[in-house]
Amino acid sequence: MASELITKYMREEHLPHIWCPGCGHGILMRDVAQAVKNLGIDQEKVCLVSGIGCASRAAGYMDFQTMHTTHGRAIAFATGVKMARPDLEVIVIAGDGDCAAIGGNHLIHAARRNIGITVIVFNNDIYGMTGGQYSPTTPTGEFGTTAPYGNIDRPFDIAVLAAAAGASYVAKGTAYHATQTIKLIENGIKHKGFALIDCAGICATYYGRKNKKGSAVDMMKFQRDNTITVEQAKSLPREEREGKFILGKLVENDFPEFTDEYQKIIDRLKEGK
Amino acid sequence: MKNRVLMQGNEACVEGAIKAGMRFFAGYPITPSTEIAEQSAVRLPQVGGHFIQMEDEIASMAAIIGASAVGTKSMTATSGPGFSLKQENIGYACMTEIPCVIVDVQRSGPSTGLPTSPSQSDVMQARWGTHGDHSIIAISPSSVQECYHLAIRAFNLAEKYRTPVIFLMDEIVGHLREGIEIDDDENIEIIERKMKQRPDTLHLPYHVCEGEDVPRFHLTGYDIRYNITGLAHGADGFPTNNNEIAGQLVTRLMQKIEHNVDDIVQVEEKYCDDAETVIVCYGGTTRCVMSAVEELRAKGKKVGYFRPITIWPFPEKQLKALSEKVKNIIVAEHNYGQILLEVQRIVKNCKIGFVGKVDGTVIMPKEIVKAVEEVK
Repeated sequence: MASELITKYMREEHLPHIWCPGCGHGILMRDVAQAVKNLGIDQEKVCLVSGIGCASRAAGYMDFQTMHTTHGRAIAFATGVKMARPDLEVIVIAGDGDCAAIGGNHLIHAARRNIGITVIVFNNDIYGMTGGQYSPTTPTGEFGTTAPYGNIDRPFDIAVLAAAAGASYVAKGTAYHATQTIKLIENGIKHKGFALIDCAGICATYYGRKNKKGSAVDMMKFQRDNTITVEQAKSLPREEREGKFILGKLVENDFPEFTDEYQKIIDRLKEGK
Repeated sequence: MKNRVLMQGNEACVEGAIKAGMRFFAGYPITPSTEIAEQSAVRLPQVGGHFIQMEDEIASMAAIIGASAVGTKSMTATSGPGFSLKQENIGYACMTEIPCVIVDVQRSGPSTGLPTSPSQSDVMQARWGTHGDHSIIAISPSSVQECYHLAIRAFNLAEKYRTPVIFLMDEIVGHLREGIEIDDDENIEIIERKMKQRPDTLHLPYHVCEGEDVPRFHLTGYDIRYNITGLAHGADGFPTNNNEIAGQLVTRLMQKIEHNVDDIVQVEEKYCDDAETVIVCYGGTTRCVMSAVEELRAKGKKVGYFRPITIWPFPEKQLKALSEKVKNIIVAEHNYGQILLEVQRIVKNCKIGFVGKVDGTVIMPKEIVKAVEEVK
């Protein structure tokens, strides 16, 4: 029998999903469902907003209030939802291109405002839906269909970017380390302000094939064998950190949350001050 | 009770919007619409609503759709370049049928153009700015009083037809100051969302009742879990590649406006009963035309004007009927000839003249007078 994660938190009639065999997104979507389940939040109270791309298709499969919006703009749509309904748990699922290229401006400004939205990045370092073009997180020197001679762009670290922009909770997870990643997502949702969990996914079909990374299983094993914790990363010299997946919480701060601050203005005006 | 107040068009638009029930505004500074954001920032928290200055025009458009999807009447305001940026998400609001009001205080273009100068060159952008076949409603006020009352109407039409409504202002009316009457009474009609009644349709966000053109609401964010998508979708709100369903959806999006043109369209006709020459004008241009028409009437010339208050859908039936009674039609607009194209399409039996401006200056009454006097 299917687990409750599927019967309760997925829209079974819309499965199987469109993701390729071996894609990491299925695992990450399960992690999000598990985190909401662990927190015991009513499904009606969760508004899941996504943009466009492979990751964004999660909105159609998960049984919450779901909005599948335009490319890169999920965080901006979510900002309107959160301001109109601060009581909702607003979660954004975004891919690396959606979140950090076309949507990069919305990401940094939502982080700066510290609005209570949780962004979960399904980061597979490639544009999958369009067939394997390099993204803002594709490492320099790697290949994509639009980087046939090797990528000369320097990549973003989305988590570090969000932290620098003022996000009050930032963590990094991986598809392989499900238990730890679920906990990080849980803490991100519980967190009062803007939270971002940058989750390393796996795209065997495009990224893997273009870069000779082997099968999905090989890529998963690679992720397992090349992940270090945030604490370990701190003590390693820069060269040794290169190419490693990092796992754990980077930032947690108690900054004022945006909709709370706005409510204070409304209350003050009501009192005639 | 009526309160008489001195107000700018941009401010009156905000007051009308609040009267209509706007409780969320997201915007980005741009001349000549900035006062709408400023006034919304002052007024919304006073009535328990929310204002946010977003990082860009695209985000502002996205945010108002998000807020409206969960039940809050929402508006954004911009001008030419910002209007271009909002177009993709306007299409999303068309496709997902989420009501919202987009104010475009037109300025001279293309590109950055003449940011502080009047223009009406976004008329076609208002109709066809976003990609794909879609319907739209656009309303053009020509006085500060209308900025107030028509802003209310813009919200009402957005809710009734579940569509983005373009409030197509221009720099002339946006920055104009006039004494207007703000109604305190309850007689003003405010249309709220039509909610689903039949329990068997509650789980189908895009189910349309027989005899209706527009799906009734059951809001996202409450007891039933919906999906909203910009992809082609069926009544259940989930993406589909089914060509029949996709075709039916786009057809219905077009027809929900086409079928209700008579309810949506408003026009003003003045001095048209015995007119030989009629000037077609709208928005701020109407002020210059009005002055010219009165001057010509004083000289005994049989001149009137025809003003589409609703720009889209265009008042085709009304203009056609009028064209059968008059000899000459002159289109006056602050652009190179955009509504002129509509008039040429509709009017078959009159001489058609044109007075346009693209230099950022205002069409003067004497230019209209000259055009009328030159008609043979």
